[in-house]
Amino acid sequence: MSSDRHDVMTGVNLRQEISDAITAGNGGEAFSLIVRFWDRNPDSSAAQFVLASFEKLDPQPVLSSCRVAILRSFTLEPCLPLFKAAAVVRGINLDIYVSDFNAYAQDILDPESRFFRSKPDIVVLAVQTRDIAPELWNDFADLSIEQVEASVERVKREIQNLVRVFRSRSLAHLVIHNLEMPAMPNRGLLDCRSEGGQLEALGSINRWMLQLAREISGVYVFDYDGLVSRYGRMDWHDEGKWLTMRMPVAADHLVHLADEWLRYIHPLVGRVCKVLVTDLDNTLWGGVIGEEGFSGIRIGQDYPGASYQKLQRVMLDLQQRGIILAVCSKNNTGEAMEAIERHPGMLLRSRHFAAVRINWTDKVQNLREIAKELNVGTEALAFLDDNPAECHRVRSSMPEVTVIELPADPMKFALTLRSVPVFERLMLSAEDQQRGRFYGEQRLRAELGETAASREDFYRSLNMEVEIMGKEPEILTRVAQLTQKTNQFNMTGKKYTEQQLTQMIATSDWRIYAMRVRDRFGDNGIVGVGIVQFRDLACEIDTFLLSCRVIGRTVETALLSHIAGEASNRGFRKLSGWFMSTAKNAPAKDFYASHGFRCILEEAGRSHWEFDLNVDQRIAMPLWIRLISPAGQMEECHGRTCP
Amino acid sequence: MAEPVHDQIRNIVADLFLMSLEEITPESSPSTIENWDSMQHLNLVLAVEQTFGIQLLPEDIERMTDVGMIERVVGEKLP
Repeated sequence: MSSDRHDVMTGVNLRQEISDAITAGNGGEAFSLIVRFWDRNPDSSAAQFVLASFEKLDPQPVLSSCRVAILRSFTLEPCLPLFKAAAVVRGINLDIYVSDFNAYAQDILDPESRFFRSKPDIVVLAVQTRDIAPELWNDFADLSIEQVEASVERVKREIQNLVRVFRSRSLAHLVIHNLEMPAMPNRGLLDCRSEGGQLEALGSINRWMLQLAREISGVYVFDYDGLVSRYGRMDWHDEGKWLTMRMPVAADHLVHLADEWLRYIHPLVGRVCKVLVTDLDNTLWGGVIGEEGFSGIRIGQDYPGASYQKLQRVMLDLQQRGIILAVCSKNNTGEAMEAIERHPGMLLRSRHFAAVRINWTDKVQNLREIAKELNVGTEALAFLDDNPAECHRVRSSMPEVTVIELPADPMKFALTLRSVPVFERLMLSAEDQQRGRFYGEQRLRAELGETAASREDFYRSLNMEVEIMGKEPEILTRVAQLTQKTNQFNMTGKKYTEQQLTQMIATSDWRIYAMRVRDRFGDNGIVGVGIVQFRDLACEIDTFLLSCRVIGRTVETALLSHIAGEASNRGFRKLSGWFMSTAKNAPAKDFYASHGFRCILEEAGRSHWEFDLNVDQRIAMPLWIRLISPAGQMEECHGRTCP
Repeated sequence: MAEPVHDQIRNIVADLFLMSLEEITPESSPSTIENWDSMQHLNLVLAVEQTFGIQLLPEDIERMTDVGMIERVVGEKLP
């Protein structure tokens, strides 16, 4: 007991274990222990230890890289090692640029600044109320209503100007801290008695920032005030360090600031999970079903079952966000399924789970099977369990899986899951929200595929309808997302942001084709994308991809046929495209060859393919697919150039 | 039992300046450790605050001129 306490308090035993695992060349074990060590005491000295230990890992874990620029008005250097350590244990390597103290405006206004030359992927504008609006913070009691209004307008103008100038020079994502409220308004109780109070004035700037961020794509408001209040204003602020070193954040909270920034980085670099795989005993319910039985487990509206029900509520919220739920648990199937299906306290039922593994096999093996069944990589899995040994086992053997270890106290379960950054999304498309249902339908489609006599019969039986879209700005969120997330059927693997796509469709030499597929089981939403560049006599396919949801159903042929038809109608002679080999896109390798393209160039890792629109016959639309294309374009086709 | 204040402080110094424990003496200070600059001093102060659950005043921080003095200041703060 004393050694356990020792471990929790200082992590000294863990330190030694980490060093031993590294010396023994046991990289997986060391990685898992480092994550555990960090989660237990994420402080300034642990950060240095984690970063130093990480460098010694062999093999080195695969990290996603991200260049972050922080433009700030206060000292936050001590936060940076914490930020880097928190990122590295979650698989992200940060390259951080920090503006000179209070030089945030100069950095944005000077196009030649070191800031722009650092080519950031994401920029954090961390400016405090004290610094950008000192009169609203310090001298508020002296101000007349008119002066307050003038100040509010000045601050808005300043922020708006910075954001606009920034956006005109960079396509990077921009995260802006909103304005912190004072712990005690300067006018005391009177503040909310009259118009033009301090809280109201600062609140109006914060509300306006939300609106600004909705108008300019890739701009996000970070609720810094909400973060401060979550931990308590009095506790967050360290007056001594603020007055002597311009460092306003207390030691304990620097890591909370770093964690909050990371929530934006995860979706940006694609370190996100699509599937939440959950344990059952002492996770979805309290107790062990095999020992305590149906009536013995704790789950329901009242304490102690309420904690588990709240965790289930969080899982339902995640499903609304497009996260797929699955079960991986060591139980007897019959009694576990009975509890899931019939227990009156359960919010989750079997229909909510896209894959279920209830058996006594190793969880690592089960997780691999679940990934395969759901057609995702194992890095798309997040694994939730209360048992530290299972968590350690999965982390050591599958470092790519995000392991969420529940704390000892069930009342902390729901918040623990809510704070996991791998489920964050910066944008949400209609397809995301329906994904849970899609996966249920997918199971039915797979069953039909097995019984259909021939593949063609199978295709016909699906009653597929393909709609080609392209000019509607509202599809760009989904198109950008598909370019960023589609790994398997993706000819070139090019990734685009919504901002870049918006610029593309504004020009006449680019055209975006987004394919929506419906079938007898439902609407799959936008699941295919072609991006084409028209140049001189050739029409070049820059991007061609298909969501794995619809692979093997010939809808890719329908999209290619449509693109070729339109290129031909516009008078182009050639249609060409690259295949660029990546770690995962082997399923797309033969796509051009099997559609009659000739290989005109082959070199390391890539090949260039061409289709002669004059000589070669057209790419036939599959007979079992009904094509709907926008009315305007049909006219263009029939009225002018169609033979 | 938690380990002695002395050892915990040496662990922090070892982490921050990438040194082995043997190299650290009560006389270790910004003049003997090359990268002990003002920013690292702030990191050191924050690590000490978190490790011992205390808050150091500007006057305390000024007195923390070497490892021995850090121990003394922390000792005064602890119950």
